[in-house]
Amino acid sequence: MVSRHSSDTPIPLWRDERVIRWGLQTLVLAVVVGVMGIMVVNMNRNLQQLGRQFDYTFLKNQSGFNIGEHILPYSPDDTYGWALWVGYINTLRLIVVGFVATTGVGILAGIASFSDNWLIRRLNLIYVEIVRNTPLLLQLFFWYLVVFFGLSDGSGVRRLAGVVYISKKGLYLPWPANTGSTWGAIVSVFLLAFIAYYIWRWNLRQMEQFGRPSGIPRLLLWGIGAIALLLLSVGLNWSFPFLSNDKLIIGGVRISLEYAAMLSGLTFYTGAFIAEIVRAGIQSVSKGQWEAARSLGLKTSAAMRLVVLPQALRVIIPSLNGQYMHLAKNSSLALAIGYPDIIATGQTTQNQTGRAVEIVLLWAVTYLSMNLLISLVMNRLNQSVQIQER
Amino acid sequence: MVHHHSNPSPLTDMSQLFFLVWLRKNLFNSWINTILTILLGTLLFNSLLKFSHWAGNFAKWEVIPQNLPLYFVGRFPPGEYWRLWLFLSLLMVMTGLTWGVLTRLSKGYLFNPTVLCGLALAALTISIWPFIGDQPLLIRLQLSGLIVLLSVTAQISYWCGHLSFPWGQRLTLGWVVIFLIGLWLIMGGLGLPAISSIAWGGVLLTALMSLVSSILSFPFGILLALGRQSSLPVIRGLSTLYIELVRGMPLITILFVGLIMVPLFLPSGWRLDVVFRAILGLTLFVSAYLAETIRGGLQAIPKGQFEAANSLGLNTPLTLGLIILPQALKISIPAIVGLFISLLQDTTLVSIVGLFDLLGISRSILANPIFIGRHAEVYLFIGVLYWLLCYLMSQGSRYLEKQLRSHP
Repeated sequence: MVSRHSSDTPIPLWRDERVIRWGLQTLVLAVVVGVMGIMVVNMNRNLQQLGRQFDYTFLKNQSGFNIGEHILPYSPDDTYGWALWVGYINTLRLIVVGFVATTGVGILAGIASFSDNWLIRRLNLIYVEIVRNTPLLLQLFFWYLVVFFGLSDGSGVRRLAGVVYISKKGLYLPWPANTGSTWGAIVSVFLLAFIAYYIWRWNLRQMEQFGRPSGIPRLLLWGIGAIALLLLSVGLNWSFPFLSNDKLIIGGVRISLEYAAMLSGLTFYTGAFIAEIVRAGIQSVSKGQWEAARSLGLKTSAAMRLVVLPQALRVIIPSLNGQYMHLAKNSSLALAIGYPDIIATGQTTQNQTGRAVEIVLLWAVTYLSMNLLISLVMNRLNQSVQIQER
Repeated sequence: MVHHHSNPSPLTDMSQLFFLVWLRKNLFNSWINTILTILLGTLLFNSLLKFSHWAGNFAKWEVIPQNLPLYFVGRFPPGEYWRLWLFLSLLMVMTGLTWGVLTRLSKGYLFNPTVLCGLALAALTISIWPFIGDQPLLIRLQLSGLIVLLSVTAQISYWCGHLSFPWGQRLTLGWVVIFLIGLWLIMGGLGLPAISSIAWGGVLLTALMSLVSSILSFPFGILLALGRQSSLPVIRGLSTLYIELVRGMPLITILFVGLIMVPLFLPSGWRLDVVFRAILGLTLFVSAYLAETIRGGLQAIPKGQFEAANSLGLNTPLTLGLIILPQALKISIPAIVGLFISLLQDTTLVSIVGLFDLLGISRSILANPIFIGRHAEVYLFIGVLYWLLCYLMSQGSRYLEKQLRSHP
């Protein structure tokens, strides 16, 4: 009767679930493709009016502009493509050093919020609150124009902390000289670290097997540490900057003020966010874990290292991924400071050639690939700290 | 026994003892902490000493009061300042009304000590700030008037909150109206002389850009978040593609897209104002992040809510609109406010592409030969301004979150 009747009348098309699903998707696709099509047609027409065409042949032309600092050899006679590559390497140089530095600052500040020293806790809080509530660009200008230019003291040269010189040209730091013995020392330090790691592993196995540490490897480890320290302090052949008679700074390594400002700005900005992540991660470990570890007789440091930190890392690492990606993206603010990264060189190229679309696409590909790589690495790291279930 | 030592020591001794115990417990409880305390304390003391020496003797603070209008409203024509004052008064009235109603609903006190401290600080700043101009007294009076307006309307709405007239429901509408009036007053037109966007600057432009782009990004972000959660593969794919593309790129490249590429995409002859192109870039950027934030809220809604709504006979749009989104948005309020705070900070990037927001106008002031080299003073001042804006926003969001909590 009623049910028969309702099953007899077909469902109208506009109420059929399948029709709605397909209809909606087709509609959305059509709108997106339509809008993009109109945009591309407009772009082609506008470019034609300007007498241009979308292609990348301009990368082979001579650039003619100078780049303030570069690791790779570069001169204005080189091509635009090479200039952009040099800028890309500059970006990488900033990001990679920034990752290491900001992780250090972040972990330190995160742990400092658990200190039982009132002054340290307060200072840490002030640091985090100031940095997180002011714009990064403002902080970068502050580092560049106030801190580093303020230190550099006009046109003269100033000596900081004994071994560091600063002038308008840059910051001069002690640096291992590039000689044969330096490389020998570096290789031997790595070798020693390798040996020490295996001794430590062996020692751990002994402890697990016999329930007591074997005395000799510990002494051996101390010995290795001492030798490594000796190698680092003497064998590396440190070259210290010094002021020559004609007011030139010789020796050491020169870091441009732009690079120094970008690095400190990014490091301390991202570090404040990492500090909060580290703090939240440590807090996420339940108090019972601390108490259990302490009642097993572990000292605070050992409880932190062996019990709490491995569990906190599971919370920390996924969020760190986002912060590293932010740091990579924020390095693009180098344009405002005048550090020649990929954005700054791209901007100059675009001003000279008018190739806006090509350059923006190039930037997009660069940063997307960089972030993809960061995500891949961090995901592998994340897998390694998560609980291994059967 | 206990009784045979002397009568209780005077209060001062007790507090002194307490202070010493506190010092020992919090600053000198181990030799490593003692060293750290002394080291950091000396460093801090030295820096403070150096800073006050600089601030008192070398700093030339005139760069701030002399350019005060620039910092706040940019090159807005002084003859039209009354519009901004009018808008500010309306804003104060609305804020007061909302504040009073919210406080009354939560049965809290309107003027608690924190609020009183804030008001006192504002009053103090107004009365001692060195205003430079024709009528410093007038500005002082106007600013004090704003504060009085805020307090009085808050008190009135606190008292009138129990009237049968549903205040609270009209407030949202009031905010929309105020926003539109504000845009009209700032832009001009419809009877008022129009003011070109080049004249907007300083805090005005910063606030305008972050407000407009956060409002515009809301519908877009919600649609993207729903799209990413959708069971329709094409919609899901497109939303995911957009979100991941935008999140993988720095803001500055997206601003360049807005400023350089949008004119290329438009039909020839069409022009879009540079401020609106920057707002477009910011909106495109923020909506991707907003979508991810709202997705987090959506994922926190249990599946039972969908099923319950479906079994009541609601279709998908109604389920989303009436059941899911209100809950998801409420969960994500803190994260959304965090996002808008970072948007406010990100608007500084428009100064790179030549707009005069608070940072941009400061850079143009610093380029003036009279004020050359006064970076530290100017950056400290606008740093404090940004800090205050962000701090007030985050405090406001905490307050809102507390008031909106459904189960106490």
